[in-house]
Amino acid sequence: MSTDGVTGAATDDGVAGDGDVIREPATPVPGTRAGRPRRARRFGRSRAMRELRRNRGVMVAVVFLFFLLVIAVLAPVVSPYDPDAQELRAQLQGPTGEHLLGTDGFGRDVLSRLIHSSRITLLAVVQALAVAVVLGIPIGLLSGFVPWVDRIVARVADALLSVPPIVLALAVVGVLGPGLTNAMLALGIVMAPSLFRLARSSAATASKELYIEACRSVGCSRWRLIWRHVLPNASSPLLVQVTFFAGVIILAEASLSFLGLGVQPPDSSWGSMLRDAFANIYEAPGHLVAPALMIMLTILAFAQLGDGLRDAFEGRGADGR
Amino acid sequence: MLKFISQRVLMAVPVLLLVSLFTFLLLDLLPGDAAVAIAGENATEEQIALTRERLGLDSPFLERFWNWVSSAAQGDLGTSLYTGQSVTEAIGERLPVTASLGLVALLMAVVVAIPLGAIAATRPGSLADRVVISATSLAMAVPPFVLGLVLVVVFAIQLQFLPATGYTAIAEEGLWGWLSHLILPAIAVAGIMAAELARQTRGALLDALSQSYVRTAKARGLRPPTVVGKHALKNAATPIVTVLALQIGHVLGAAVTVEFVFAIPGFGSLAVNAVNLRDVPLIQGVVFVSALVVLAANLLADVVYGYLNPKLRV
Repeated sequence: MSTDGVTGAATDDGVAGDGDVIREPATPVPGTRAGRPRRARRFGRSRAMRELRRNRGVMVAVVFLFFLLVIAVLAPVVSPYDPDAQELRAQLQGPTGEHLLGTDGFGRDVLSRLIHSSRITLLAVVQALAVAVVLGIPIGLLSGFVPWVDRIVARVADALLSVPPIVLALAVVGVLGPGLTNAMLALGIVMAPSLFRLARSSAATASKELYIEACRSVGCSRWRLIWRHVLPNASSPLLVQVTFFAGVIILAEASLSFLGLGVQPPDSSWGSMLRDAFANIYEAPGHLVAPALMIMLTILAFAQLGDGLRDAFEGRGADGR
Repeated sequence: MLKFISQRVLMAVPVLLLVSLFTFLLLDLLPGDAAVAIAGENATEEQIALTRERLGLDSPFLERFWNWVSSAAQGDLGTSLYTGQSVTEAIGERLPVTASLGLVALLMAVVVAIPLGAIAATRPGSLADRVVISATSLAMAVPPFVLGLVLVVVFAIQLQFLPATGYTAIAEEGLWGWLSHLILPAIAVAGIMAAELARQTRGALLDALSQSYVRTAKARGLRPPTVVGKHALKNAATPIVTVLALQIGHVLGAAVTVEFVFAIPGFGSLAVNAVNLRDVPLIQGVVFVSALVVLAANLLADVVYGYLNPKLRV
């Protein structure tokens, strides 16, 4: 059964359950390109890649995200103005030839701020994902193999999953103080249990497989087993989940920054731009449009990519399921 | 059935204990000396000592934890550092507001999503199906507060249909006063929920419709609405109920931002206030109570499962 969605909680159980369904074909498929035998090992991937390339929604999403990445990296070069430069005589302007998206309440160029914000948003995604991956995946793989680790950590994961992500992130920010890094650290911790569960179920399934037993009997160490054999097999569902999480993190980052608890001025993210626009909602409601659109498009792009990856890994075409 | 329920309740206890450990640890997460951090940078030695005593920071960790858990079990979550109000009382005042917001939102989501999911599932691949799929993907990318902002601009500011801010209890201004303040925020909260629910309904119903009893029912000449409504939907109910229960956590999460947009004095805005003031006991209370609500919702889902599917009652 497919449980798709950007909202964290709902995705967890569904995908964790799917863990044993998604697996790459073990038998090599005929048609490997001659002269490049080393590619044969990666054949499962390339089939998935072909499927991905056929999926138009995914390709649009990839192009969009790539564009966003380029803009974020080149932010100082491509933005027409200094994002923090205030022009007090030109406050809350609509779009003009000089300021393509107008100016905000301090007379700052909205387009430049939008461009610089994409940098901070992507940085936030990287931070939170790194925390979630580093915490969730190794412990998850380990507890698929070691029952006593599992017994302890699974309870902790249950407990963490019972608190809504935003509430827990709020609490950590409340204790450590506002700031993007604190917020993203908290968010990473909140996301870790889902990755943990997914990694655990993959590892638990794999640990009963014959090739693991074979490996063990020739004297592989536990680490070698986990890193070289289990992780590659668990990687596709984990990759799908991480992609969905990117969208969840953007939503959470935007929410926290909107509440003034994420990124701190003068830095801005799309969420904090919405906060600024919200302050002037009666005078210039149009200023909500650009940051809101960027948030939605980016979340949508990650969701499309995640859906596409899952379909590609599961080997089903676009039959709408 | 009673045994089944009590089993589930017992299973929730260790999780709840762990949650209280986390919430309790929050205090120790404070950088530096917790008492100094809470009393403020300019506090005198005396004030710091007083704060330390008030928070019980002198005693060893396990003793403090035990005290916290035992008083939490009696419904005492400490006192707010700023208002001096009991945390339980503060949350008790705010929770009904968020509950009514959540209830209206859930109702909206169910009324919209289940028929949409059913329409999509009965005609897979049709135009209606594709529209539902795209609409739900799109809706899931709209953060609740963004939807809220759009609704404020369109309905409250431009059209001036409905009030943009505030909340009135039913007792104060009657049913319409209560509802009119809730419609817009409830739509904002319901957006993602409805999308999720519609997708789940579609998926579960598609599975159910491919079963042989559906073919039998059709072969017996039952009308399609009867087949879908009475036979398939009942069997598809289990995953739908799961998603519904999971949405309770979503309501709490969405309430945080949506209540901020609409200036609703609910649980979410209480949480934001507590965080802004770094009111640690209140933050602890908020986290603990949200976990309690989510666990209760999961428990309810388990019980409904057991009711819907007797096979699970073991």
